[in-house]
Amino acid sequence: MTVESIPEISLSVEALRKGDRHELARMVDLYSDKVYRLALKFTNNPQDAEDVLQETFLKAMRALPEFEGRSSLSTWLYRIAVNEALMLLRKQKPDMALETPGEEDDSEESASSNGLILADWCCLPEDELLSEESRRFLDEAIQRLPATLRSVFILRDLEGLSIRETAELLGLTETNVKTRLLRARLFLRQQLSRYFGERLKQWEQK
Amino acid sequence: MNDHLDCQQLLSSISDFVDGELSPDLCRQIEQHLTECENCRIVINTLRKTIDLYHHQPESEHLSQEIRQRLFLRLHLEEFLNRSSE
Repeated sequence: MTVESIPEISLSVEALRKGDRHELARMVDLYSDKVYRLALKFTNNPQDAEDVLQETFLKAMRALPEFEGRSSLSTWLYRIAVNEALMLLRKQKPDMALETPGEEDDSEESASSNGLILADWCCLPEDELLSEESRRFLDEAIQRLPATLRSVFILRDLEGLSIRETAELLGLTETNVKTRLLRARLFLRQQLSRYFGERLKQWEQK
Repeated sequence: MNDHLDCQQLLSSISDFVDGELSPDLCRQIEQHLTECENCRIVINTLRKTIDLYHHQPESEHLSQEIRQRLFLRLHLEEFLNRSSE
């Protein structure tokens, strides 16, 4: 699913810009599920996600008269939501690594083959891979990503946006998105390999 | 371009590879390397599986009524609360 897949034809941008409350309410109903879900992925916390949800629409309603329609309404809303989520995370953890040093370099260093975990856990049964506990681990693993990598991973791999859409939304170059995506995926692969590698050992002993 | 690709080179292209975004030539080199390198095979399979598992995250359907209600109140749109959501 992409941000473009929401039918926004049914909304009148003109009415929204004029502050038509009926149309604003329709916009909120049309996009709130997606904005909330996105926020939940960023924060992994229902209360924080709700704050992001509310702030996103508050900001959007204030900014709508200025909306120029250069991007689609959904992309525009997504951008506000991502910024709100990042801002909230930064407020909670001011020391959080928002920028990871050297990330614009060639990916060689970050994608070093040294220390890769080589457990072949693909063969684990589905109910092991998809258990509730595994799900929790997957969600937590995302939270361990530095925010810059997390944004890219969430938009590209969880929300299914294209590289180009992700780049546009985050104000990055496509090369940048690809580099960050590589780092994020390798990081998560490593986390999951540690986790499922243990599961694999236990499972083989059964 | 060198016909023999090492593990390090493979690793830096692995993300584009699983997305199918590499040139046919580079793909061929990677596939060749994979037939000879057990470690890289594991890395690529577990990377694919990692992405797969995240793709399978259950989509949470709709906002709960409580969250929707608090949102509309915060936005001063409460008079539209009772309209069925679209």
